[in-house]
Amino acid sequence: MVSNDEKRAKEALKKQAKFGEDIDLEEYDEGSRDLSELESLEDLPGDTKSTMLDSGIVPSEKGKSGNFLLMDNTVVHSAVMGSGVEVMPLSQALKVHDWLRDYMWKGVQPDSDKYTAETYLQKADGYFIRALPGAKVRMPVQTCLLLKNRNTKQYVHNVLIAEEGSEFEVVTGCATSKGVEKGLHLGISEFFLKKDSKLTFTMVHNWSEFVGVRPRSSIVMEEGSTYINNYVALKPVKTIQTYPTAYLNGPNAVCRFNSVAVAHPGSMMDMGSRAVLNAPGCKAELISRTITTGGTVIARGQLVGNSPGIKAHLECKGLILSEKGVQIAIPELEAHIPDVEMTHEAAVGKIAQDQVEYLMSRGLSEDEAVGMIVRGFLDVGIRGIPDHLKAEIDKILQETDVRGS
Amino acid sequence: MLEIENLTVEVGGREILHDLSLNVMTGYTTVLFGPNGSGKSTLLMTIMGFSGYKVKSGRIILNGEDITHMPVNERAKRGIGMMMQRPPNLTGVRLKDLVRVFCKGNVDTEKVAEDLDMTRFLERDVNVGFSGGEIKRSEILQLTAQNPCMILLDEPESGVDMVSIEKLGSKVHDLLQGPSHCAGWREKSGKAALIITHTGQILDYVEADRGYVMCNGTVACSGNPRELLQEIRKMGYNECIRCKINRANIIKENI
Repeated sequence: MVSNDEKRAKEALKKQAKFGEDIDLEEYDEGSRDLSELESLEDLPGDTKSTMLDSGIVPSEKGKSGNFLLMDNTVVHSAVMGSGVEVMPLSQALKVHDWLRDYMWKGVQPDSDKYTAETYLQKADGYFIRALPGAKVRMPVQTCLLLKNRNTKQYVHNVLIAEEGSEFEVVTGCATSKGVEKGLHLGISEFFLKKDSKLTFTMVHNWSEFVGVRPRSSIVMEEGSTYINNYVALKPVKTIQTYPTAYLNGPNAVCRFNSVAVAHPGSMMDMGSRAVLNAPGCKAELISRTITTGGTVIARGQLVGNSPGIKAHLECKGLILSEKGVQIAIPELEAHIPDVEMTHEAAVGKIAQDQVEYLMSRGLSEDEAVGMIVRGFLDVGIRGIPDHLKAEIDKILQETDVRGS
Repeated sequence: MLEIENLTVEVGGREILHDLSLNVMTGYTTVLFGPNGSGKSTLLMTIMGFSGYKVKSGRIILNGEDITHMPVNERAKRGIGMMMQRPPNLTGVRLKDLVRVFCKGNVDTEKVAEDLDMTRFLERDVNVGFSGGEIKRSEILQLTAQNPCMILLDEPESGVDMVSIEKLGSKVHDLLQGPSHCAGWREKSGKAALIITHTGQILDYVEADRGYVMCNGTVACSGNPRELLQEIRKMGYNECIRCKINRANIIKENI
């Protein structure tokens, strides 16, 4: 019997996404589903390890509660080291937990666009991470989604569940193996935060100038839950369009999105975050810091206020470091009742000359001064990042070429 | 050390400094007085080389080298350091990171920060949310780390509370004169300063050697700084202007 979802997905196979240039899915090959399994991340070849490190993933079990690695469309590694948390392929979790089907495709609709439809119909695998009720998971779970082979179309479907009163942290690094000259990543991520739970989720993108990326994420939040999202995209990418949405459905839920991105020459980045505040006392803060060194970056943000006593702030700031670069900031506030406090702040422009000269008056060269200001500008966007990731991100930041072309 | 020769400067298309000349000798602390809008800050900003301060004519000579059109950082490298009146906010740049980048030699910046009661500011973004007095302390901390030989201070005491002025004054003193009060040492130290002051309060902490009074974008008078300050307090700046005109007339008559 064909389910209703399946029917809708089939009908949506040609449906273009609301944002982002249309990608022809026919151009790509199905990613391999039969790569060989891996005992430990430490067994990976050196260049793969360094690619992972560049996306915030440490190829080691030390200090982690769980590790997960998806290559193309094969889960090659999944391991739990800590207690209070489950980490496994979604396909396996569906066999273990018969209730899981009730969560699948509840956050993201299969017929949202052609990318969700295809991912649905392909029955994509991905990670399932669940913090058990009341568990305070001390060490982070890290997951890596890696494009391994050329011309691959990677489908991913992730489900994260924070049970009541649990606390945990997940780091996801998305990367492309060296030499992969064409690829596409389609990723569905559905987050469910139960009452009084807390999840800190950090995603580091390290795709390449040949890769198209279309993540689709939603976060469904119950009473008193807290969701912190850090998104770091400092490396080149061909095209990315993402607009994760948090639904704050229970009273006093709190979410914060911090995003930093650099649009290199040739990169087309359309990224945003959205919070729908549906219950009294909810709070949301969406902060983005974007830079163009020659590419195009669209920083979207939307706050929707549906309940009294909510408070929300949206901030998109962009620096233009190249004549060829384009910055578009689109902040939206949407209130359906009077008793809301919603604000936004958007600014795009070049680096202030007085700041550069102030640093130069201390003896820094112009390039050093610009570098320092730019890193400071981005730093504001990643201050919420967990300490163990700071050093890696700082390193990526130091290596990022922020000179305008 | 620093010679300003017939300097004419435009800001935003308006001439602010007219044919101004003065010099600061090595080892000397020189004070600039003058009413608001007389061009004192413009002079310091021009010496530091900030854009927007366009030299139309004249020269700035530092230790015999013409630096009139040199980039800001080259001037800093040659030993000029400035405390700005209103420095820009550097969002995302922590004070301690900034100081670490340009700190030269043996300066224990943490100790200096402690002396200035600035330790808790080291983790903060430079100038963001700082009060007027905190900006001054942050600037003097930076200057101490930078350790320049030609020091430009734009109203170091303004906005500083009674308690902090002691700490700030002592750091300004250390910066200018080292640990010694000896005039001989000062001359050998190779340092010199040009300080803008309205109240003269800073003179309680530094040994000022010479004073200039600026009016309408040029030097109206020069002499012993304490005597000048007394006169200004008593008679106001109008008297300086009148005096200058009188002197000019006398010279003309004699010709």
